[in-house]
Amino acid sequence: MPTLLEVERVSRSFGGVAANVDVSFTVQAGEIVGLIGPNGAGKTTLFNMIAGEIAPQSGVIRLDGAVVCGRGPLAAARAGIARTFQVVRSFDTMTVLENVMVGAFAHAHRTRTAMAEAAAVIGATGLAAHADTPAASLTPPGKRRLEVARALAMRPRLLLLDEMLTGLTPAEAQEGVAMIRALRAQGITILMVEHVMEVLLPLIDRAVVLDLGRVLTVGTPAAVVRDPGVIRAYLGERYAAA
Amino acid sequence: MTPVLLLQVMALGLLTGLVYALVAAGLSLIFGLMDVVNFAHGQFLMLAMYAAFAVHAASGVGVALELPLVVLLLFVLGVATYRGLIARALGVATNRGMVQIFVTFGLGIFLTGAAQFVFGGDFRSIGDGMLANRSLILHGLHLPLAQVAAAVVCLLAFAALALISRTEFGRALAATREDREAVALIGIDRNRIFALGWGLGCAAVGVAGVMLVQFYYVSPNVGADFALIAYVTVALGGFGSLLGALVAGILIGEVEALTALLLEPSLKQVGMFAIYLAVLMLRPRGLFGRL
Amino acid sequence: MAKLPDNAILRRRRRELAAGGAVLLALAVLPLPIADVYTQNLIIMALLFAGLAQAWNILGGYCGQISLGHALYFGIGGYVSTLLFLRAGLPPSLGMFAGGLAAGAAALLVGWPCFRLSGHYYAIATLVVAQIAYLLALNWDFIGGATGLYVPFHAESWGDLAFRTTKRPFHYIALAFAAAAWFAGYLIEGSRWGYAWRAMRDDPVAARSLAVRLLPSKMAAASISGGLAGIGGAIFAQYVGYIDPDSVMSLQLSILIALPAVIGGVGTLWGPLLGAAVQVPISEVSRSWLGGAGRGSDLMIYGALIVTVALLRPAGLASLLRPARRPPPAAEARNANAA
Ligand SMILES: Nc1ncnc2c1ncn2[C@@H]1O[C@H](COP(=O)(O)OP(=O)(O)OP(=O)(O)O)[C@@H](O)[C@H]1O
Ligand SMILES: [Mg+2]
Repeated sequence: MPTLLEVERVSRSFGGVAANVDVSFTVQAGEIVGLIGPNGAGKTTLFNMIAGEIAPQSGVIRLDGAVVCGRGPLAAARAGIARTFQVVRSFDTMTVLENVMVGAFAHAHRTRTAMAEAAAVIGATGLAAHADTPAASLTPPGKRRLEVARALAMRPRLLLLDEMLTGLTPAEAQEGVAMIRALRAQGITILMVEHVMEVLLPLIDRAVVLDLGRVLTVGTPAAVVRDPGVIRAYLGERYAAA
Repeated sequence: MTPVLLLQVMALGLLTGLVYALVAAGLSLIFGLMDVVNFAHGQFLMLAMYAAFAVHAASGVGVALELPLVVLLLFVLGVATYRGLIARALGVATNRGMVQIFVTFGLGIFLTGAAQFVFGGDFRSIGDGMLANRSLILHGLHLPLAQVAAAVVCLLAFAALALISRTEFGRALAATREDREAVALIGIDRNRIFALGWGLGCAAVGVAGVMLVQFYYVSPNVGADFALIAYVTVALGGFGSLLGALVAGILIGEVEALTALLLEPSLKQVGMFAIYLAVLMLRPRGLFGRL
Repeated sequence: MAKLPDNAILRRRRRELAAGGAVLLALAVLPLPIADVYTQNLIIMALLFAGLAQAWNILGGYCGQISLGHALYFGIGGYVSTLLFLRAGLPPSLGMFAGGLAAGAAALLVGWPCFRLSGHYYAIATLVVAQIAYLLALNWDFIGGATGLYVPFHAESWGDLAFRTTKRPFHYIALAFAAAAWFAGYLIEGSRWGYAWRAMRDDPVAARSLAVRLLPSKMAAASISGGLAGIGGAIFAQYVGYIDPDSVMSLQLSILIALPAVIGGVGTLWGPLLGAAVQVPISEVSRSWLGGAGRGSDLMIYGALIVTVALLRPAGLASLLRPARRPPPAAEARNANAA
């Protein structure tokens, strides 16, 4: 499998807080990679850098060999990177279909094309019954789905999902898992942040573990859960609590 | 142009600037607290001026009586405005930003009309007050007593605002500003703080209004000019910053005075507006705005 | 590509186009039975402000950039067309488009620096820019300074947009302007721009993650909005026959241009027209009935009205037209997710 995303020695700090320190890893095309780590580990910061929202202070991020970081969200989006947000951001005065059309307009120039594309994506993400509902009145899981649909309408190559399954009931989370599997089947590479291990580990091919801004380890889910460093930093407390 | 003239003009600019600063401080305080720009701010100032004028006409006692009465009146008006209008405007489901602008704007029009209704359209001033027509001569500088008094009182009011921000109440204000959700948890009544903030912001305008009417004419439309200057001052200093309002107020006062002297009196506002725009291009959040 | 099924958006747009045609027709026959000059004037002003408010709405409503300085573009349009007529003999029927172009260009010039500011900083900056222009205009003798300029009158003609014996032609000029502004709004709503603008108004961060270009979008909205306002200014100057900074560039005017959109419904197609239909008569009638006798009671009524509408109908009067949307019950949303 060819490498799609390369994160190479990326660092970023906010004032005194080192949010990311020398972070390096790669994601192969077609993979589902989980990005895990305790609260404040720097996961969202890393997403923001991959998506061009903020620039790394050092290091580079490449998509398919071309540098994408530090050029703003527009360049990242055009390169084929789409994302969802940890705190949902829907276009609340617009309907679900209209929300998704905004994503489709990234490549469609005519309104009808965008509309058809958005309608198809909405169907595939299980939002068809809500096409004409204002986004503001969707339930929280509905809004998360909407963000995914909006991102998909851009026809991305890499999809970044930030805690998309968090706060869902187990049944809803399983629907989300099914949707993510279906996306991979379409050839979309996925990098996802998730705290719910029971849901995440069976889904992903590999995991990247961040702690205090540094990569603790990278490996298969099975290897990662056995890593003593990881257990100490993160899983121990979680599993104990769970 | 002699150096004395220059100094004279700059001294007057400073005196005026301190009044601007206090007017702006009231606006800034309210904004800093809840992200609301009061577009009726100039009309509150106008009301304070009329109130002082009325107290003067009725009693003839002078500033000593006008200040406490008018400041109290404006405080009550501020609290009432928050309780009656702003709290509602913040509670609407859609278009919150726009509703808040136009509610205060409508209030401003209403107050202008009310002033016209009660006092008529004439220009009035306290021409016979004890501060009127007297000057302080200082090293050859000729400073009207009323303006000196206004500047001093405004500076004192600033000091009072700065002191208040150090009290228990001030800390509650700051906490409410920082995190609106969390304060509810520690037992601070957000609505009460907001109402008091409005009271305080309007009281500051009350002080400025009383001092201003000692030497400046009041008419129903006087608020618009001062309001415009106040918006510019607040944006220049940075919304929500008390220090910013003070520095920007003085700066605006000076720029205005110097433009009038060096260029052309009718362009005096152009100078200050241009400075404001220039600063904003370099610092989009003003001199002391939190980024 | 998948065949496009009929959907609510397309149905709504067809309905709105039909309604637009019907309203246009109604407004076209409206003046025929009205002989009263006062009423004629009222309707013309309402149409003019409907167009102006729609122009404002394109930037302030769809794009979410609350400009408090649209009098600047209105004034530029008026002055450019009047001066071209006065100094170069260009008939205002053409001059108004030159005025629109100049105003659109001015909006780009203002937008370039000001769009870096957000929220109240942007609103106040637009207000200040307009105020600077107003003060400069007062002092600029070439354009008549504070005294203003009279529009020369040669003969009644459509080329000169000059009519003295009847107001009726101006009804159709104002109607054409309002209709053009409405149609611009209609086209924008259905276009890629319209989607991008509304998205960035609702959430700029999410919008730019979807490849929406923020600054160019705002600039496009500003130029269309300013250009339309400029054409309105040129029409106004022709209608009144006179132009001075107070009547075309004042702060009050900036607010009057924005108000109908706010009263009627910001970011809606019908809001500006509705708002103007309410605002203009109320302000005119209260002024002429109460202004003299009541001294200020007109302003009190007017101000109270703005406050009341803003508080009771935050989404504007247009929200009365829309059928109440059924809020989707939570259970139903769950089912959809399961599907
Ligand atoms: N814009 C910012 N300004 C200042 N500090 C920031 C900023 N963004 C992130 N940080 C800090 O960087 C660190 C990493 O934050 P980040 O949001 O990336 O963590 P995270 O792994 O996504 O955490 P969570 O699981 O809670 O979402 C935290 O200490 C956070 O406070
Ligand atoms: Mg995070």
